Amino acid sequence: MAFESETLADIATKSVKRRSFRKSRSARLLLGLSGFIVSVLLTFLGLLAITFFIGRVVPIDPVLAVVGDRAPRAVYEAARIQMGLDQPAPIQFIRYVQSILSGDLGTSVSTGKLVLDDLKRVFPATLEMATLGIIIGVLLGVPMGVYAASRRGSLVDQIIRVVGLLGYAVPAFWLGLVGLAVFYARLKWVAGPGRLDIFYDGLVQPVTGIVLIDSLLAGETEIFVNALWHLALPASVLGFFSLAYIARMTRSFMLDQLSQEYVTTARVKGVSERLVIWRHAFRPILVPLITVIGLSYAGLLEGSVMIETIFSWPGIGNYLTVALLNADMSAVLGATLVIGAVFIAINKLSDVLYRVLDPRAR
Amino acid sequence: MSLLEIENLRVTFPTPKGNIDVVRGISFNLDRERLGIVGESGSGKSMTGRAILKLIRAPGRVSADTFRFDGIDLRNQSEKAMRSIRGARISMVMQDPKFSLNPVMTVGEQIAEALQTHKRLPRREIRNRVHTMLEAVRIADPERVATLYPHEISGGMGQRVMIAMMLIPEPDLLIADEPTSALDVSVQAQVLDIIDEQVKRKGMGLIFISHDLNLVSSYCDRILVMNSGTIVEECNAGDLRNATHPYTRGLIAAIPQLNETRDELPVLDRSTWVAK
Amino acid sequence: MANVRSWLIDDSPSSRLQARLGRAYRISGALSRNPLAAIGAVIILILILTAIFAPWIATHDPLKQDLTQRLLRPSGINWMGTDELGRDIWSRVVYGARITLVIVVLVAVLAAPAGLVIGAVAGYFGGWIDRILMGITDIFLSMPKLILALALVAALGPGIENAIIAIAITSWPGYARIARAETLTFKNSEFIAAIRLQGASSLRVILGHVLPLCTSSMIVRVTLDMAGIILTAAGLGFIGLGAQPPLPEWGAMIARGRSFILDQWWVATMPGFAIIIVSLGFCFLGDGLRDVLDPKSGEQR
Ligand SMILES: Nc1ncnc2c1ncn2[C@@H]1O[C@H](COP(=O)(O)OP(=O)(O)OP(=O)(O)O)[C@@H](O)[C@H]1O
Ligand SMILES: [Mg+2]
Repeated sequence: MAFESETLADIATKSVKRRSFRKSRSARLLLGLSGFIVSVLLTFLGLLAITFFIGRVVPIDPVLAVVGDRAPRAVYEAARIQMGLDQPAPIQFIRYVQSILSGDLGTSVSTGKLVLDDLKRVFPATLEMATLGIIIGVLLGVPMGVYAASRRGSLVDQIIRVVGLLGYAVPAFWLGLVGLAVFYARLKWVAGPGRLDIFYDGLVQPVTGIVLIDSLLAGETEIFVNALWHLALPASVLGFFSLAYIARMTRSFMLDQLSQEYVTTARVKGVSERLVIWRHAFRPILVPLITVIGLSYAGLLEGSVMIETIFSWPGIGNYLTVALLNADMSAVLGATLVIGAVFIAINKLSDVLYRVLDPRAR
Repeated sequence: MSLLEIENLRVTFPTPKGNIDVVRGISFNLDRERLGIVGESGSGKSMTGRAILKLIRAPGRVSADTFRFDGIDLRNQSEKAMRSIRGARISMVMQDPKFSLNPVMTVGEQIAEALQTHKRLPRREIRNRVHTMLEAVRIADPERVATLYPHEISGGMGQRVMIAMMLIPEPDLLIADEPTSALDVSVQAQVLDIIDEQVKRKGMGLIFISHDLNLVSSYCDRILVMNSGTIVEECNAGDLRNATHPYTRGLIAAIPQLNETRDELPVLDRSTWVAK
Repeated sequence: MANVRSWLIDDSPSSRLQARLGRAYRISGALSRNPLAAIGAVIILILILTAIFAPWIATHDPLKQDLTQRLLRPSGINWMGTDELGRDIWSRVVYGARITLVIVVLVAVLAAPAGLVIGAVAGYFGGWIDRILMGITDIFLSMPKLILALALVAALGPGIENAIIAIAITSWPGYARIARAETLTFKNSEFIAAIRLQGASSLRVILGHVLPLCTSSMIVRVTLDMAGIILTAAGLGFIGLGAQPPLPEWGAMIARGRSFILDQWWVATMPGFAIIIVSLGFCFLGDGLRDVLDPKSGEQR
């Protein structure tokens, strides 16, 4: 599954744009900073506009979508007024933005609780899985990409290329299912669905909501190991997609670097092949790689939607899926907003890092 | 024994339309002297330089009948052996500093690397030698410049940094690929003097690649004229005026004179030598 | 034969036809030298043929239930086994090719022209038109596509038509970006200036000259995006928001096989292989096409 929305071409045009951006240093910084803040705000506003549009404009009857079609007449009317649907659209949008900013995401009809509270509860589980996934992806993907590029055309390179393409071709939910059948049911290498074995459930007090951290805080190494056991498969599935993407991008960045004149200059100096690769070819791609890793991380948060149901993982993806099937629009839009906001934040953060870290952009 | 002996050197690139030789069987010897290579753009000068270092990129190939440096047969040297020769014994000033300097390493780091690759030296000493070298190539403020990134220095400074980087390990043979094309005449003279000093003092061999026929004929001892991958003329610098090959004659005729009497400079007439 | 070939690879073609045929010849030649691209092209060809000739290729009626034949292992009669309602999985996978093909074609037909026009207009006119259009494009580009598609389908209601619309709505921004970048590269070129001097209207310049020049990079991008579209559609089907039963959509078939994955592995696994093979086919072909049509962008995508 292609867990990234921005392509390399976009990254490349960005970096080119940035390099041609010449003014005095402080003016540039100021201009860059204010422009950046404006673009972040606009993007968030765009996200709100999209969720508003999806929630109020697209459904034939948004009230029904919120209260469900079995609601009595009075409830329906109350909801209609409460949603401000008697007002013109721009007013409705302003009210919508106000209510979101005040933290009101509505109430879920499936759980009967505030969507915001629900999301706070489920988000750490997703974060835990995606974080472990991206760690796997970076630790394996970067060396694979570098190795493939340095042995261009070899058998290993071909294999890594195909693995990279498989990341675009394999459905995540299918890989999760097959993984469960093979590694859990048949080989018994990993634990099954869920975050912990049932008898460990509720034994540690949630502090961060991330079981690996909470269990360590409580000094329960046994629970920590059990949680890791349960995490292994879903995180590896996510890790596979991120490693495929990262390896592919790393390889293509490295191939581009290895054809640069300054790499030849390093060779002229007699620099060892290891240093040519890591110091001269790899160092310049660190910055774009950070962007790629950021995108991949954001993509994993998104991709978790597809696999959480399979692993009965009590995260935001599972929550969203249940809401989708029950046409629970408040919950759907709340989850969309949160995933969207995190996605945008990671995106923009990697953007900032790009500017701060690249000597050419400074 | 010459420093460099080359016989029938070929550089071949496979293309969809068959193999093409960009250097077609050239032969020459080099002692501890200054050898100039001139020729029009694309005539294979840079490729010759790279071939000597065995740094032609795949899928390009280098072959030769004789290919000896200081008595070492370069043809059967392993990559590892070549690495100990590159930089330390043969080094090459690359043509375009804009592309040949690493954009994310400071100038100082890159020069120091040329030194560190072959010698273990204390950090202080390396710093001092980098600064001395930068001063030698007429960079006014070496301490500051050493901390700059390549995009922060001018093209002429880039060329001098490049020269500093390749001279600092004190090689036996320096290939300088248009090292001074972006320098004004006075700085050019100074930089050439520094290279010259290494030739005289250390007995370094120099291959000086250039477009500038006048410069080459006044600076070098001997001159090779290349055209489409072959050596069409080989002569002592002083004898260039008596060159016989029509290509060389054409090149000489195309140089504007101080006391110019012609209304129009002649254009190279390729038919005279391409036909044969 | 040699004559035809030299006519085709002539560096200075004397007619448009010769230029076009020559280009087609060179592209097909380059593709056939690239083994992965050739494999990709064959896979896509097989997909298309399977979709067209499904009734002849399928061995059973894809919708016919037979509860006495439930959950049979793959065998000589049921090549990929049967599902929990006794339907032949092979036949369902074959008919599923039709659904997949319809989805990718419709998404491409909806999203690519929309993105193309938006990008070309933004690039051609520049100024505030450009800023507004690209602002919207960028906002869409920094959204999570899959989640957006899910939310859209939730609002529109489940079903294959809505899934197609939702995927198209989330796909156009990428094309707009490419079309704009391409337009900018030749907006100020001599030949566009010459056409303008002849008094052509903006509309004619864009439609007649700018858009055709964007097509090769668009084709590359659309082909590369196909895998993502297939996966998103399958994902929607898997969650239950895409194609509805009893349509033999691959993602929905995997969802049904979920409960049997431990004992009757084939029910969920087989449609997955179909998705992987077709997606890989598009990736291989897209990679190959890019190397041929758009060498500038190199390996990057
Ligand atoms: N990778 C390659 N494949 C095929 N031909 C190549 C390749 N690299 C270089 N060439 C060809 O080799 C020839 C010689 O190039 P070279 O760089 O040596 O020229 P040059 O004499 O240094 O020119 P200039 O004065 O412009 O630097 C050129 O005609 C070039 O087209
Ligand atoms: Mg050259």
